[in-house]
Amino acid sequence: MAVLRPLLVMLGLLLAWQLFVWATAIPPYLLPGPLLVLETAVARWPVLLRNAGVTLGEILLGLACGLLLGAGSALALSALAPLRRWLLPVLVVSQAIPVFALAPLLVLWFGYGLWSKVAMATLIIYFPVTAAFYDGLRRCDPGWLDLARSMDAKPWRSFLHIRIPAALPAFFSGLRVATAVAPIGAVVGEWVGSSAGLGHLMLNANARLQVDLVFAALLVLALIAVALYFAVDRLGRHLTAWQPEG
Amino acid sequence: MTPATELAAAAPAVRVEGAHLAFGGTLLFDRLSLVLPAGRTSCLLGPSGVGKSSLLRLIAGLAHGAEGEVVDEDGRSLAGRVAYMAQRDLLLPWLSVLDNVLLGDRLRGRPPRRERALALLAEVGLAERAADRPAALSGGMRQRTALARTLMEDKPVVLMDEPFSALDAITRFALQELAARLLAGRTVLLVTHDPLEALRLGHEIRVLAGRPALLGAAIEPAGTPPRDPADPAERGLLDLQAELLRRLTAARDA
Repeated sequence: MAVLRPLLVMLGLLLAWQLFVWATAIPPYLLPGPLLVLETAVARWPVLLRNAGVTLGEILLGLACGLLLGAGSALALSALAPLRRWLLPVLVVSQAIPVFALAPLLVLWFGYGLWSKVAMATLIIYFPVTAAFYDGLRRCDPGWLDLARSMDAKPWRSFLHIRIPAALPAFFSGLRVATAVAPIGAVVGEWVGSSAGLGHLMLNANARLQVDLVFAALLVLALIAVALYFAVDRLGRHLTAWQPEG
Repeated sequence: MTPATELAAAAPAVRVEGAHLAFGGTLLFDRLSLVLPAGRTSCLLGPSGVGKSSLLRLIAGLAHGAEGEVVDEDGRSLAGRVAYMAQRDLLLPWLSVLDNVLLGDRLRGRPPRRERALALLAEVGLAERAADRPAALSGGMRQRTALARTLMEDKPVVLMDEPFSALDAITRFALQELAARLLAGRTVLLVTHDPLEALRLGHEIRVLAGRPALLGAAIEPAGTPPRDPADPAERGLLDLQAELLRRLTAARDA
């Protein structure tokens, strides 16, 4: 039932959408019905697939870069007090800059190809991962650290064996947020300037009033986002199975 | 020589000199000295907030803000000779019971002594649960695991900060028995707020009271720990418990 419930809600919404399109006879270049979108998705699947591959590549590379940089920053901030004093305020203030506003600059610097989108996704992922993981590292139970000290543990060993594993649940909540926003980064990057990808496809189709294709691309993008999110969620649950739920 | 007497030979007396702790402008203790006799269990009682745990943490080298000299009878540092057991079991939830007992080895980068850990788990009655995560254990089992982890350290000085206070009466009773047996021969400091626990386990019992806190004269119950309150020979325990309660009440009201 837990799986069925959201499916039923979705089906209901699609039905309402289709009924609205039928009832109002709204032209398909303004709002195509879900049936037409599905038809287009089936008819144009080679185009969709090719562009989806490009976008997925950008998202995955962005995730990998953002993850490595974010986790590395959180570890460094947590382990090195001077770095924390100097960089943490800057890092927090830097979040006042809307990342999307940087997209044109990134295209200028990294070109129309893959890397400007990867940079965009990386920037968007970096902060939630850093903030959540750093917070988890900081909130380690002092009792555990005292115990480690009483066992003559070298600081780096108690960091490795206690602080990092204890922060994994926080790390995964950051990663979940990051995974949800990563596709946004890639698509915004594509909108600003690109020659391929789902964002590029949507922009072109929109300009030609092929709104059914816009929706089909959106559908594929949503599928990618949901699949990625659930994969990360499953992995997180598996690796932090010791954490009590609730 | 039995293992216990061997240990007694190795277990040092602990001398604390000039212990000082101020907290938020309040002087908790100042120029306090204390001797823990070698190979014996000393119990420390006192009203909440008097500084019992801080004193224990000072000896453990974990004091935040407390100062004082902690040495053995020859004036040498105790570094590397102290094991510490807290009120909370402090088991790491992502490790199995066995790996929790092996934590010290892991943290020192030594090869894990699995055989010994398993033998200790068998001693505390948890051989069957070695592969379980702590979340699957009852409170008493978790504290037994923590006891096994403390014993795994195999240190001549053991400091225990209210280790059984969160347990129900029957579980506590069984664990006191087990701890007394397994810790025999070591120099033990047990901080507790339960006079009867102190009377069961302590060779000597002291009350910490006042502000700044001072140590009262030691009470030394007859017989060897663990004393059994049900034993007719231990009838004197009840009188001593009354005496301790009287001292604690006076300390609280002071």
